[in-house]
Amino acid sequence: MRAYKLGLNWMFLAVLALLAIPSLALAQQEPNSQQGSAQPATQPAPAQQAATPAPAAMPARDVHQESHLGKLTGHSESGRKLYFRFCWGCHGFRGDGNGENAPYLNILPRNFVAATFKCRSTPTGTLPTDEDLYNSLGRGLNNSNMPSWISLTDQQRADMVAFIKTFSPRWQTEKSGDPINVPAEPALTLQSIKHGQELFQKLECWKCHGQEGRGDGPSASTLTDSNDQPIRPYNFAAGSRFKCGVSNRDLYKIFLTGVDGTPMPSFGDVVKPEEAWDLVHYLRTLQVRQKSPELTLWMSTPEGAAIVSAQRISGTPTGSGINQ
Amino acid sequence: MRHKQVISVAFLLTGVAAMSFAGPSKPAGGSVSGKVTYEGTPAKQKPIDMSKEPSCAKQYTTPPTTETVVTGPGNSLADVVVYISAGAPDEPPPSQAVTFDQKGCRYIPHVLAFQTNQELKVVNDDQTSHNIHPLAKVNHEWNKSQPPGTPPLSEKFAQAEFIPVKCNVHPWMHGNFAVLKNSHYAVSKEDGSFTLPNLPAGKYTVTAWQESYGTQTQDVTISGSESKSVNFVFKAKPY
Repeated sequence: MRAYKLGLNWMFLAVLALLAIPSLALAQQEPNSQQGSAQPATQPAPAQQAATPAPAAMPARDVHQESHLGKLTGHSESGRKLYFRFCWGCHGFRGDGNGENAPYLNILPRNFVAATFKCRSTPTGTLPTDEDLYNSLGRGLNNSNMPSWISLTDQQRADMVAFIKTFSPRWQTEKSGDPINVPAEPALTLQSIKHGQELFQKLECWKCHGQEGRGDGPSASTLTDSNDQPIRPYNFAAGSRFKCGVSNRDLYKIFLTGVDGTPMPSFGDVVKPEEAWDLVHYLRTLQVRQKSPELTLWMSTPEGAAIVSAQRISGTPTGSGINQ
Repeated sequence: MRHKQVISVAFLLTGVAAMSFAGPSKPAGGSVSGKVTYEGTPAKQKPIDMSKEPSCAKQYTTPPTTETVVTGPGNSLADVVVYISAGAPDEPPPSQAVTFDQKGCRYIPHVLAFQTNQELKVVNDDQTSHNIHPLAKVNHEWNKSQPPGTPPLSEKFAQAEFIPVKCNVHPWMHGNFAVLKNSHYAVSKEDGSFTLPNLPAGKYTVTAWQESYGTQTQDVTISGSESKSVNFVFKAKPY
């Protein structure tokens, strides 16, 4: 008991000694409770620091990265502080996606060291643009544990993007891919929807997404992502928001760029732009619980109305095993 | 004046002669050859159920098996990549492309070795869509769809790496790319044999890589144009 007390005293002295060193980094390594009283007056407001878990241990990084978003320029030095306040719990100390919370998450946090990103405007296998990362931060990734960071300022998100780019050496040796060209959306016609329906068959989208777009195709149950975690194909009928943006342009990008790190491949080499738009129009009709011009037009035909009303029948989560 | 011309012509001739001698037509001739075998019991390869893809299933009278360990007569191991991992300089890629074929919902060959930055052609000979998904860690991971009847994909890998390849649509499809830094490599044949030709004299590290059993290395010194024999024995695990 006495030895224990002695030990504590000794530790307290050591803490004091450490705090005396005018280095924020070292001071932060000690438990937060002792900071209030012993902190030198020169230190910045403790309230904010207490919330920041351990900037102390932030790995020193001589890499500087910037992000350029229109008029905004993000700096990795500023992003670093934000990362170690908001992001590292999941994405990890080294940015490798092995944060404290990672084991409890179903879709694992992104590994910034591997620099494989889902939502890109660039071809498969290339680095995303700053804007892609910035948009993902603001949007969050639906159906995963990644929230939207729209509550932060634009500058803060730009800084975070810059810091994320310090984790992989790829950002120093490579440029972002060239964003794919998204031509203007042609007028919506019934013909376009029907052609999209044919493409859905021809390209065998249904192998994973299912004939009705419920994410229950024959290969669906076998899918794993690049972390070897089971992953489900998008269920159009359930109609949740798309991960990489909700507009038709975003949907267009998805199958031309692929969702890297997942089973969803890029169709960039095999689909023509006008075909891709037809497919977009058809996919909207599979989202039977979301109002869209495509769905309205589709339901105005007897064929479409029959299909949609059948698809609206809800059964088990995967839509299988329904007996009528 | 005339003298000078004669001399320069003579120089030119000797130069041409020397070049033809040192040129690629007469490579320095050492080589390493040998056999890859296993001891123990290798995992039993399971028949693949392709019933979800009838266009592929009907191509086989007896279902093909998985290929994580491919054995031949006399405990020989096929599909082992044997290459010079140290001692040989990195080489620029050859102009010839290698072909990775998707046929009958399998990858042919199962293990494809080629050099960094060498052109890789991916061909779909099936009546179904495949997606080619190399799970690269050092190189860039990409994932491309290839419906039937589309032209071959042309790809390159810049870094040396063993890359597992899969098709997400057909989960049984599994192959390997061995991206290597120099041209001294071979994939062991069904009888386990391999030959690494055209090795100049020097000290080398020979590495054998098997997708389930990992790597083994041996050091070899080649003097002159001798042929060295190197054998690898992998310990097989039954599961």
